[in-house]
Order: sequence, then C-alpha cells, then structure tokens
Amino acid sequence: MKTITVRYFALFREHAGTGEERLETAAATARDVFEATRGRHRSSEPLGHCKVAINDEMADWDSPVADGDVVLLFPPVAGG
Amino acid sequence: MIEIAETPIDTDRLRESLKDPHAGGYAAFEGWVRNENDGHEVLRLEYEVYELLSIKEGGRIIAEAEAKWPLIGVRIVHRGGLLELGDCAVWVGVAAKHRDEAFKACRYLIDELKVRLPIWKKEHYVNGDSGWVNCERCASHGLDRAG
Repeated sequence: MKTITVRYFALFREHAGTGEERLETAAATARDVFEATRGRHRSSEPLGHCKVAINDEMADWDSPVADGDVVLLFPPVAGG
Repeated sequence: MIEIAETPIDTDRLRESLKDPHAGGYAAFEGWVRNENDGHEVLRLEYEVYELLSIKEGGRIIAEAEAKWPLIGVRIVHRGGLLELGDCAVWVGVAAKHRDEAFKACRYLIDELKVRLPIWKKEHYVNGDSGWVNCERCASHGLDRAG
C-alpha cells in the first residue's frame, strides 16, 4: 500500500466536499487513483474529457503513481 | 508571457506593451462574458484557475506558437474570480513583422488555451441556478462548443 494525496478541483471538489485528502491505496497508475476516488468526485465524465497532473506536472492516465505523490484530478476544463 | 488576473484586464496597457519598431502587424483576441449560454440566461461567471499549472502550460503553448511562426511579442491574460456581463475574461495579443503570422498565432493561442489550461467556468443564471461549464448539463455537448 502507498499513501497518496489527491487534490480535487471545481466540480470534483464540490462533490468530494474537500479540496484535498489522503488515500491509502494499491493504485499503480493515475487511472487507478481516479477509479478509486470515483465515489468522492462522482465523475460521470469519460476519462478522456478529464485531465490529471502528478506533483504539479501534467501527466497521462497511464502514468505511474508512487508513495507520497500528489495526484491532481481535473474535471473538463473551460477556460476562455 | 501569460498572467492570471483577479482584477479587470487593462487591454490598452497590454496593447502598448507589445509595441515594437520591428512589428508591422498586431492581432488581439478578447473573450467577453455574454448573457446567454445553451439557452440559459447568464447573470455572471466565476472562474476557478489552478494558477501554477496554468502558467506552466500557457508557457508551453506560447513556446509552440513561437516555434511555428516568427513572432516579436506575445501576451496572454486570463481572469480568475467573479466576472460580470461584458467583462473581458481572456486577452491574447501577438505582435509580428507581418499580419499573417500575427493572425495565425493569435488563433492558435486562444484555441489551445481553452482546451489545455486548468481553468473552470461556473455560470450563475438569472433563474438562480448555477453550473460548471462542460461538466454538468453541457457534458453531452462535448468540449468544442463555441464561446
């Protein structure tokens, strides 16, 4: 098991009721973290519409996660 | 350079900052808050910006534009916080030797930043409802809606 910090933004934060929480998880990839927290962010979006960053660098859903990482889950963006 | 602003965007000052004796062309785009979206009457908007990664990703987009076209100056400013109807939400300005690269780069920059920067827009409607654009009622419309 590893300890990961998950950060939620915009709609995901409102659903989770918090901007950040610790997760004890066996997750191997960013995708695993997204799925493990689905009950929190309650996303009904296809994964491809969302984005992920690890330790403040944009990442892919297949990117590996390590103990101590901070995983940022972004709902579909809407700048401009 | 790209900046996130919590106060109104001073477009005159930005335009002046791009003036350069080598530049023969200047193109700018302003995105404004409009009063309707997808059949809903909009009262105001709220932008949530994750600034650290918006600056990083915005810098990459600018570097891509500079690799594609010979540009003299590029500035982008995106608003965060609460905006009223008619407010300028995003400003993109490009100075170049000729108009062709200024137009093309300006278009590239606004198109890329809309789909890549970690920025979210919450609309507040006249009827009292509110919603995150592209996240809730707009999810089925995909991410390429005009606006």
